Amino acid sequence: MQWIQQNLPYFLAGISVGGQYALIAIGYTMVYGILRLINFAHGDIFMCAGLMLVYLSASLPFYVSIPLVLLLTVLLGFTVERVAYKPLRKAPRMSVMISAIGVSYLLQNVALYVTGGLSKQYPAIPWLSDTVTVFGALTKRVTIITPFLTIILIVLLVLLINHTNVGMAMRAVSKDFETSLLMGIKIDNVISVTFIIGSFLAGVGSLLFFSNYTGVTPTVGAMPGLKAFVAAVFGGIGSVPGAVIGAFIIGICENIIKAMGWTTFSDAFTFALLILILIFRPTGLFGEKVTDKV
Amino acid sequence: MLKITDLKVAYGGIQALRGISLEVPDGKIVTLIGANGAGKSTTLRTISGLVKAASGTVEFNGQDITGKPSNQVLEAGIAQIPEGRRVFPNLSVLENLKVGAYLRKDADGIAKDIEWVYQLFPRLKERYWQLAGTLSGGEQQMLAVARGLMSRPKMMMLDEPSLGLAPLVVQDIFKIIGEINKQGVTILLVEQNANMALKIADYAYVLETGTITREGTGLELLNDESIKEAYLGKTKAAK
Repeated sequence: MQWIQQNLPYFLAGISVGGQYALIAIGYTMVYGILRLINFAHGDIFMCAGLMLVYLSASLPFYVSIPLVLLLTVLLGFTVERVAYKPLRKAPRMSVMISAIGVSYLLQNVALYVTGGLSKQYPAIPWLSDTVTVFGALTKRVTIITPFLTIILIVLLVLLINHTNVGMAMRAVSKDFETSLLMGIKIDNVISVTFIIGSFLAGVGSLLFFSNYTGVTPTVGAMPGLKAFVAAVFGGIGSVPGAVIGAFIIGICENIIKAMGWTTFSDAFTFALLILILIFRPTGLFGEKVTDKV
Repeated sequence: MLKITDLKVAYGGIQALRGISLEVPDGKIVTLIGANGAGKSTTLRTISGLVKAASGTVEFNGQDITGKPSNQVLEAGIAQIPEGRRVFPNLSVLENLKVGAYLRKDADGIAKDIEWVYQLFPRLKERYWQLAGTLSGGEQQMLAVARGLMSRPKMMMLDEPSLGLAPLVVQDIFKIIGEINKQGVTILLVEQNANMALKIADYAYVLETGTITREGTGLELLNDESIKEAYLGKTKAAK
């Protein structure tokens, strides 16, 4: 009982942070699946979502500000794609990637300008931030909610991808742009839907993440963004279930390491894992083998 | 009816089409034969809106479709079966058919047409749940044709349907092309297999480095000595 009481919080935190990484990782993996682009700005969109709630909740009640933040985050993701990536559709892939890095710094610097570089206190969302007791261990309710909410959202997403027309179009576009065009699919719309879904999930992720780690700074998106990216690579970039499993594994491992008293090394572990994956299994757990078209 | 007038297309500095004109009358099979790099695929891709023309016009049933995006060309009633089949390997056979009907909203009509293409290609019905990537080359070509039919086109453009297929399968495919044509679909067929193409075609054009050099009925060209030499594999020595 003593052991459980001591270690359960770490395990719960692991699952919880894993769920948060998963919600961010889906944005990376879906965009990569369709555009073969690593959207470096994704972590910063997540940061912007956090910052938006800080400001909006100051003057609006949560039942207005939270939906509004999700809407604005979606709008931000959509706009970034239309303005910074769509005009480069026919350019070499490297150009789009550089554009993504540019957007990332742009968002960080806008945030720096707005906040003055100070860490902003994330508001305590009632109910979500309440403290609860599980098997004698104290934790925030958000920790318990996160994995369930994550899994519900992912099940919905997988249903959307596998059983709707737009999902079918996404799968078609991810394999073959030109033939998709011949089928009458409007590729730009499908790509926009992908960014909308990714940004929405990053917005939900920000609500959960910042309820746990309450300081929002302009660069706060970088670390969770990178880890979510590692999770996506670990699971096999392009695969939604892969990204989710990768994210949970990374979240849990990080917290096991913290429980063992090596907190300093928990980040290093994640990136060491990235190197190992890239050396021994570059396509990740569920990634498809890359075959060159003849 | 499809009418192309003085169509010019360039990739970078290279002229792929140097002003071609051709007509595909309603209900007919017209073929465009020529060697690799002659501009056959470019012609189809320009009609479909995948490639922009430098000048010239493409008209379909009196409507100017030059430079229209692919979805509008498809809506006008032209479906293209791309070279190399290009079925979606990660989608099931049934889903590939549904993608073919992507622009249509009539669920009942789509269900009926799925039954219709299953009749044309019973093999696809047996395998409707399989991922298209696991089909054989011939089956994939059948699926590509069936997928094209799912948009209920007035005209179908086929780009090298015989490519990489065994002779018996090629015969099957051509038989089906004939059958589809009898059901009222106009056909524009691009082929390197000139022999098969000329036999089935009502009218034929020969394309050489971006220019149309010969035209005539399928039979005329089939019996033409210079065509025989250049495209039907008959050498002077063999005569």
